[in-house]
Amino acid sequence: MIIDINFIGVIIASIMASAVPLILASCGELITERSGVLNLGVEGMMIIGAISGFALMTVTGSLIIAVFGAMLAGVLISTIFAFLTQTLITNHVATGLALTIFGIGISAMIGKNFVGIPGKEFPVLFEGLKDTMPLLGPILFGHSIVFYFAFALPFITSYFLKKTKIGLILRAVGDSPESASNQGINVRLVRYACILYGGAMSGLAGAYLSMIYTPQWIENMTGGRGWIALALVVFSTWNPIKILIGAMIFGGLTIIQFHMQAIGVRIPVQFLTALPYIVTIIVLVVISRDSRKIRLSTPSSLGKSFHKDN
Amino acid sequence: MIKIVKRDQPSRAIFFFTPVLAIFLTLVAGGLIFFILGFKPFEALKFFFIVPIADKYGFSELLLKATPLCLIAIGLSFCFKSNNWNIGAEGQLTFGAIVSGGVALLFYEQEGFYILPIVILAGAIGGMLYASIPAILKTYFNTNEILVSLMLVYVSKLILDYLVVGPWSNPEGFNFPETRQFSDSAKLPLLFEGLRIHAGIFLALAAVVISWFVFYKTYLGFQMKVSGFSLKTAKYAGYKGKKMIILVFLISGACAGLAGVGEITGPIGQLHREISPDYGFTAIIVAFLGRLHPVGIIFASLVVAITYLGAETAQIFMQIPKYTGQVFQGMILFFLLASDYLLFFKIKFIGSKK
Repeated sequence: MIIDINFIGVIIASIMASAVPLILASCGELITERSGVLNLGVEGMMIIGAISGFALMTVTGSLIIAVFGAMLAGVLISTIFAFLTQTLITNHVATGLALTIFGIGISAMIGKNFVGIPGKEFPVLFEGLKDTMPLLGPILFGHSIVFYFAFALPFITSYFLKKTKIGLILRAVGDSPESASNQGINVRLVRYACILYGGAMSGLAGAYLSMIYTPQWIENMTGGRGWIALALVVFSTWNPIKILIGAMIFGGLTIIQFHMQAIGVRIPVQFLTALPYIVTIIVLVVISRDSRKIRLSTPSSLGKSFHKDN
Repeated sequence: MIKIVKRDQPSRAIFFFTPVLAIFLTLVAGGLIFFILGFKPFEALKFFFIVPIADKYGFSELLLKATPLCLIAIGLSFCFKSNNWNIGAEGQLTFGAIVSGGVALLFYEQEGFYILPIVILAGAIGGMLYASIPAILKTYFNTNEILVSLMLVYVSKLILDYLVVGPWSNPEGFNFPETRQFSDSAKLPLLFEGLRIHAGIFLALAAVVISWFVFYKTYLGFQMKVSGFSLKTAKYAGYKGKKMIILVFLISGACAGLAGVGEITGPIGQLHREISPDYGFTAIIVAFLGRLHPVGIIFASLVVAITYLGAETAQIFMQIPKYTGQVFQGMILFFLLASDYLLFFKIKFIGSKK
């Protein structure tokens, strides 16, 4: 059997495309978690981003307004979380769950009027270069700007955390809020900023889903991707570069489903759909088994509230 | 001027007052949302919270919805009290329903008093089995129980989907995604003619009584409380942490599984694709709103059950989307968590009267 080498390129590109929302949301959540805040509301923020992006695109007709509006919606909804956990010192886990339930409800409420409306075409870059190279052409060229941004983000995030002063401050806040506070760093402010940033990235991830990946609004269209993004942060042991690897694995699992169905593999479709979730569990088990390693790489104050008296 | 002062001790009166405050604030915010959507706020709230339970049928529906919520929330309170974040009750409910439904189908067109107890027991065991996965992975492999229990929700729904579409689908069912009807002996009896409320409510009440006894009268309840406050103290006191983690997961799995049994062997009497409108997730809110206290959970389950009914009524009479129910549920939890601030801090108004 001869396999067209460009076909392999197309498959890899489609795996990368399905990895994009995971990379975006995970990198955002990674920053939030490195500052010591566990936000379980990723799924909720993502779905809010998805409906906001799609609705703004339909109403205004402008893709730029839609993309930035989705990020802003993510910021707004995460402000609720930030206010509750940082100012009112609520439990991170419970607040994150509330955010997800609330987000799914609100998105379905707004989305009622947008069901069945076709999406718009999102412009792609370097379309013409696609055929210039075998294999690499379809992988490298002909994608949306969000796609390229997503694949640059882990490297930017890594550089930011390791090499910049703000990155250092952020890590200090996550690892030891007390000492950071004694150094005169405003812990609450840093955490606020990190939560809002996480919200923006989740919002963008949602917008990618509803505007670029499958350009339409479907209720609950994030389908657990927000949770997988959370799992990816653990998988990466809080290292942005490893998020890239994890996201590609999960992207691959999603894409394999379609191709297995297409070539008529006789496995129930539900099993293939369940695969990413099952693999997430297995991967979490493998990663977490080494409890020392997890302890060393987890931000020490993750999920713990910090309150400065007076 | 307003000054915020830290309390020396969390206030006990406020501990039980804040859930009421949270519900009130949710109503205010809900009215505001209705207003923004272009409805008359008071009329909308009336359709949402009063009309659905104004007659006998509505009240029966309220109890019907409150039953699984109460049952699951009681189970979850075992986990939450001891600092175990089982958020996959929806999956445990689904798997419990699958196992008990499978057993009920084995007794297809058979009658006998022994069938129903076996079916109920099967549901509890199914829920326990499913809850044991995150518990064992947490205790022996150090795996985060939040993510595992949540991933398993998706898996359970896909298993159910596979079964009702494929091997278990009704052979005479024209390819509808549902199983055969269970025999009468495999169904929970209905309590009143013409109403849908069924004997499952007694399971919930039993869970309330038993959990109250365990929480406040047994050594296990004390251990759970200590572990909830401080894992270090629990370890120092020499409690068997691993055993307790597995136990609380099994208890909450059993409760969720029983809720699943109620959903399929009650008025419906068969397995189908959508057996639960996210009761397992909503019950998390019920558990918190009820302050993890068995009696509190009864009240909380009734309040939250209204949001389900209200959403349906509001959709029919005012074309308000039914997801408003979820919005209300999220808001209740937000406001509850926020008003907990008053537990630890006092707000003092320092008036300058001169």
